[in-house]
Order: sequence, then C-alpha cells, then structure tokens
Amino acid sequence: MTSFRSHPITGELQKLREEIEGYAKGFGLDYYPVVFEVCDYDTINILASQGGFPSRYPHWRFGMEYDQMSKGYAYGMQKIYEMVINTDPCYAYLLNANHLVDQKTVMAHVFGHADFFKHNQWFRNTDRRTMDVMANHGTKIRRYMNRHGQDKVEAFIDRVLSLENLLDVAVLFETAELQRRRAELEQQATNEKETDFGDDRSKALKSFMRSKQRYEEKDSTKVSKEEPEEIRIISPVKTKFPCRDIMAFLMDHAPLQEWESDIVGILREEAYYFLPQRMTKIINEGWASYWHSTIMCQKALSPTEIIDFADHHSGVMAMSRKQINPYKIGIELFRDIEYRWNTGKFGKDYIECSDMHAKANWNKDVGLGREKIFQVRKTHNDITFIDEFFTQEFCERQQLFTYKYNPRTGRNEIESKDFKAIKAKLLEGLTNFGQPIIQIEDANYENRAELLLRHVHQGVDLDMNFASETLKNIFSLWKRPVNLVTMIDENQTVFIYDGKEMRTKGKT
Amino acid sequence: MDHPIKRDHARFRKIIKGKIRDSLRKYISKGEMPIPKGDGTYRIPMPSIDTPRFKFGERQQGGMGQGQGNPGDSVDQQPGQGEPQPGQGEAGQGEGNKELEVDLSLQELAQILGDELALPNIEPKGKKTMQSDTKKYTSIGTTGPDSLKHFKRSYREALKRQLASGTYDAKNPVIVPIRQDFRFRSSDTKTEFENAAVVIYMMDVSGSMGDEQKEIVRTESFWINLWLKSQYKDIEIRYIIHDATAKEVDEDTFFRTRESGGTLISSAFKLCKEIIAADYNSADWNIYPFHFSDGDNWSTDDTKLCLELLDKEILPHSNVFCYGQVESRYGSGQFYKDLNSHYGDKGEKVILSKIKNKDSILDSIKEFLGKGK
Repeated sequence: MTSFRSHPITGELQKLREEIEGYAKGFGLDYYPVVFEVCDYDTINILASQGGFPSRYPHWRFGMEYDQMSKGYAYGMQKIYEMVINTDPCYAYLLNANHLVDQKTVMAHVFGHADFFKHNQWFRNTDRRTMDVMANHGTKIRRYMNRHGQDKVEAFIDRVLSLENLLDVAVLFETAELQRRRAELEQQATNEKETDFGDDRSKALKSFMRSKQRYEEKDSTKVSKEEPEEIRIISPVKTKFPCRDIMAFLMDHAPLQEWESDIVGILREEAYYFLPQRMTKIINEGWASYWHSTIMCQKALSPTEIIDFADHHSGVMAMSRKQINPYKIGIELFRDIEYRWNTGKFGKDYIECSDMHAKANWNKDVGLGREKIFQVRKTHNDITFIDEFFTQEFCERQQLFTYKYNPRTGRNEIESKDFKAIKAKLLEGLTNFGQPIIQIEDANYENRAELLLRHVHQGVDLDMNFASETLKNIFSLWKRPVNLVTMIDENQTVFIYDGKEMRTKGKT
Repeated sequence: MDHPIKRDHARFRKIIKGKIRDSLRKYISKGEMPIPKGDGTYRIPMPSIDTPRFKFGERQQGGMGQGQGNPGDSVDQQPGQGEPQPGQGEAGQGEGNKELEVDLSLQELAQILGDELALPNIEPKGKKTMQSDTKKYTSIGTTGPDSLKHFKRSYREALKRQLASGTYDAKNPVIVPIRQDFRFRSSDTKTEFENAAVVIYMMDVSGSMGDEQKEIVRTESFWINLWLKSQYKDIEIRYIIHDATAKEVDEDTFFRTRESGGTLISSAFKLCKEIIAADYNSADWNIYPFHFSDGDNWSTDDTKLCLELLDKEILPHSNVFCYGQVESRYGSGQFYKDLNSHYGDKGEKVILSKIKNKDSILDSIKEFLGKGK
C-alpha cells in the first residue's frame, strides 16, 4: 500500500541506522524490529492525518486533518519530523527533506518509542498487527458503504465518533487469557441452540449470547434485500452498572442493525488501540526524548552537528509561559529520577532527614538511576508518573506556575507557584486521559428503557453545548430517552433528550 | 493512482461547502467577509465542524506555564516575541483548538450564494463583443516538442503500424514507436466573445449615513460583485459618492468617506449618466447602476429631476437599476416611496429594496439579483 509513496531506507541512512541502533542496543533498549521508511512531506501528512496508518476507513475527518496538516506545512507553521506506530514490526517514517543530523535524532527518538511500546504495561494488550486490522476495517466499512450508501454509513460513523472518548481504561487490562476464555464461552453460546440461560455464566455474557442468537436466526431466514429500518427488541440488559465502556454497551444492547453494531465495534476497537498512547503522552515522549538526547550527546553526534542538534532539540523542548510541553516535563522527570536514584535521594532515610544541608548534599552513590528509569517506563502511565515523581524540588527547579485570566486587568496572570496547586492542576488534566468520566448507571431508568448517564463530576463542568449534541447522538443509537446527570455551577442538574427536545431538571 | 485520502479530502470539502451554505445567512449578517487571497480564491473562517463529545467546559480558565515571575505577573506574550512551537510527536491524538479556514474559489463561493438564494443565471443583453483568444490543446499533430508528446496516441500509432507490417507478435507484445509514430498535443486558437458588464455603485455619504449603514452597503456590494463576477468574465466596477455634489472615487474611498451636508441625489445620477455616455456603449455593455441611500433627498424638485434622469438617461441604457434603501435613524425613507409611486410594480427595469438591518442583507440581494437581469 505504501510502497509507491514511501520506500525503505538505503545507503547512507541505512548506515546511520545501523550505527544508532548499535548505541540503542548498547544502552539496553529492547524493541520489536523497526522498519524505517522515507517519504516526502505530502505522504507524511497523509500518514499523520490517518493516525500513522497507510490505510483507514473512508471518512471526511481524515480529509480534514490532511487539509490542516498540508496547510500547516505549506505555511511553515508546523513540520512533522518523525512518526512511529505501535506495531510489530514497528513502522517509523522519516521525512526525506530532513537534514542528516535530524534523521539521526529521529532514529534515536524512534528507538526510544519502540522500546516503550514493547515494554510499557499499558500497551501489553494492544494488537501489534493493527496495520492489517485498520486496513480490514477500511474494507469492511467500504463494503457497508457500497451496500447501504456512503451518506448513510458516514452519518452513522459521525454519530458514533461522538462516543469515541467514552472508554473504560480498565478494559486495557483485559488480558489475553481473559479474552481467550471469553471467546471460548462465546463459541459455546453460539453452538447452544436453546435459550435456556439457567446456568452460572456472567450476566453480560448472557445478553451477548442472546444478541448472537438473534443474528443467527435472522441469517437463517434469509433477510430480504431492502431491509426496513426495523428496530430490534431490546433484550433485558444484565450489564453490571455503573458501566464506563459505553461503546461496548451500546454495541451489545442498543437496537442497532447488524452493520451498525459492527461499525460501533470497529470504532471502539480503534479507540482502544489509541487509548494507551493518550494515557502516556508525557512519559512516552519523555522516554524517547531522554534517549535521543542521551544517544546523540554521548555517542552519535559529530562536532559539526552540535549546533544544529542543540537548535532543534531546544525547539522541541521549548516551554512557553502559557503551555506546558509534555516532551520537556517528561525528559526532565526521567533525568531527575535517574539523578535521585543515582545519588540515593529516595526512601525513608532521605525523606525523614531534617538537616537541610545534609539533604541538599545527599549522595549515597548507589548508582541505581538507569535501572530505576527502565523500571518506571515499564509500569507507569502519565498520571502515576506525575503523581509519584513530580516533587516539590522538581517543580521549583522547573519554575512552573499556574495562571488565570484576570478580568480586571484583562491579562492572564500568574496565579500561584504553590507546588500543591500546580501538581493538582497537572493531575486534574490527566485524570481519565483528560476526558470527563461518564458512566451508564441504568439502562431501564424509571422502568421506561431510558438510559441514565452520570458525569462523575470532579470540579470541572461539562461544555453543555457539546454535551447536548452528544446526547442527541446517543439517543440516535439507543432510540429511547437519554438522561445525563451532571453538575452545573455546583448544582446537580439532569439533562434529558427524548428525541424531540432537550429538557433539564433540577434533580431527581 | 491517487491516495484514498484525496477522496476523504474531497468529501470534507463537500461537507464544508454545505456547512457554509447552511450558515450563509448568519455569516453575511455578521458582516464577515471572505478574505481574497490574490490567486482568485477566498479564505473563509469556518464554523467549527467538531464532532460533539463530552468534554470539559472552559477549564475554569487558566493553565500552566513555565518561566520566571511572581503571582500577579502577566504571562501573555509581549508583542514581537515569537511563540515557540512545541515539537510534533507521533501521530497526535490531542484535540487542539484549531481554527478552521477554508479556501474556496470565486466560482464555488458564487455557486453557494446562488444555490442558497436560488438565483437565476443572468441572461446578458447585447452582442458578445469582448473578444478574447484562448489557446486550448484540443487536437493532435505529428510534430511538436517532446514535452507535449501524447504517449497513448503514439503507441497506438505504433501498434497500428506493427500490425499492418506484421511485426507485431501477440506472444511478445513489445511495441516500439519510431519517429513517424509520435503524436503531439497541439493547440487550437479559439476566439470567444464575451459579454461585458459594468457595475456603477452610487452611495449617499451625507451626514445621516452612519458607519453601520455603510457597513451594510459594503457587505451587500461584496456579494453582489461576487455574483456578477461569476456571471460575466470581464466586469468593471465604478464608484460614485455624493452629498450635494457627486464625484467618482476608488473603492477604498467609497466605503470610508464620510461627508456632511445636504443630499442631492440627482448629482449622482448626472455623474452616472456622464460615465455611461463616456465609457460604456449600452449596445455592448451590460450596465448595472446601484444606488444606496437612507432615503432622504433635499427637495421634491430634486426628486423630480432624479426621476427624469432615470427615465430618460439611465434606464434606457441599463439592464436594471437597483435602489437599496438602508434604514437609518435620521432618514425619512421618502425617496423609496417616491420611486415606488412612480414605478410601482410595473417598473420592470427598476428594483427597489429596503434593507432594515444586517439580517436582511441576504433578502435584499435576492431581490436585486433574483430576476436574472
């Protein structure tokens, strides 16, 4: 697919790759094989707008991304140096117009990411053949478009994309073992003919089995070509509430046609594939940046390249007064951890030491730094990473602050340099990968098959314009009124969309 | 073969065109105008087409940053200080707040306006007199530069020759064109005759026409120009301002000048007549005089003079005469009434429109252009 647009590296780049790879391995980085490809800026824009994959399902939003990327590049606003995707083998794309020193940096950076993808626990269940999976999704959806019409299918995808962030991070830890066992049970269920569910299988499974059976029946009676917009009878839902995996819930229980629930499933699978990357932005970029910096500075740089490298590296690491940069926070945290564990600035003795002088000059020379950061990259995600290693000393050294708009002066002003406030703000932005937590609490609310959603309020209100549009989209799948409980200005409010109008209620 | 993303891209552009059409009214009444880019396209700031999601509201404002300073210090960028761009990582999943801008060609934009208002195409009057020569590569020749070589045709000739001479081997279908087989694209000169059009804008700039009224005229004239430009290949635009006297000005002055003093509409009509007489032979030109005012004229005598000028001098030469009356706090609106009682509904060549406020710009455009003249 990509062959005519990008090609494997050869010649000088290949030599550089071997050199850099030697350093990376020497430092103990371990990864699935990395395939580097070179492509021009248009191709890299295409790939970037498709999330790094050469083949996706047809949808206008990729076209929109592409439109913006191309403009960004043409106007010199942004430039993509590198792109790497989490697959086995790991594909990484280099921009053909980049300078050699950039290519070296990018390669070192990519090996960092590749190592992270392989070892970080949040990625342990991602499908490494996603390249094929995505292409298959494309084929499936194109087929649905041929059958049901592009506008219809695209409009449905638009609605489902509304739910793309309603994911349950716990699902990432559904291990292979669990998945296998579930698949076996599903197999059994489809083989079983009668509807007697009087056994002890899980409740969710039973309803799933029922839906499976319905498909079977439908197939056997040879569905007529022009299928009316029939609504399937909703099986009594036995999911355990609250349920945060809203896409899965709707896929299994909403009265959807078969192609519709398949599309929900496809989009859900893709959303879960990208979820670990959304949860590890800081730590992943920090890790890769730590390694490109280490490899370049200690091994790979030639004297003539130092200025260029420093220029580009500092450009990537730049923090502004209005925004924090995940690359910078990440790399500095890793360096800080390495330093602390090298000097022994951790543990009970250090924390309880009350002698300021001794604390400042603490050096037990334990040299555990490297080992520690490898361990950290294995077990942490952004939120635990910040929670555990973002210390007061670090915060002060980085000169971080929070700011707020001051309506009296009409300026954004520094609000606080207080460590606790800063850390709280950071963590708040990372909770539930930066998205509001929405859960389904009842699927038969008020005994009228209405859906009851709750926004688990953590101090920040929802954007209600967006929320009400989203409710409409959920309604179009669920086909019964949808209720959302949330807080507006510290008052509990219920939003109800019944297919005609949006209503609000003070509180039930 | 094009990458499939080009199809997604085309799809995206189709969707936003639909969006623009849907929000055209709001867009025009807000007085926002597409920014011409110089290469014949216009840039339009887009209403967002974000997928609705549950997301946090304005995060109770504020954020985090890095740098020196104490609480209370400003973090806003000082002018002249560039914003450093943070690096791009692997394919981002972030949801940035990107302001969408869309480039549309004049034709596309006019099409959207035309669709929305159901505007009929204009049937030009007069002979097609503007001559223009265009060269189009529509034929095939046996000589030409390599860069214009037509490969398909060349190989077809070679195949024909090889079949005829029996050197073609179906088992090893190698076709080697020789000198005589080559075909080249060659150009034909086409002379096309175009209709020519001129728009003459007249505006009352007396004291009673405020900034808001001028803004309305400006917005309206932009869209009128856009439509007429899409209908005529060559179009000239002339501007006249008047209070008690009239003068011809350039576009910029037209929208900026503010005079005070009385209003003699006839002065503008006289100048308009002179311009037509001097430069535009009505047999060859489609002439569109537009007049905008708040409806106040100095005296009824002058109004009489105006009607006379219109009847005798301007209307016989024009496709249509359009009068737009912008409502203002000071204007009496008398001129509209006078024109209306004089021409009434039977006035085929006179279109009158009242523009109450920005919201009614679009309706007024429809009134002016809806007759297809």
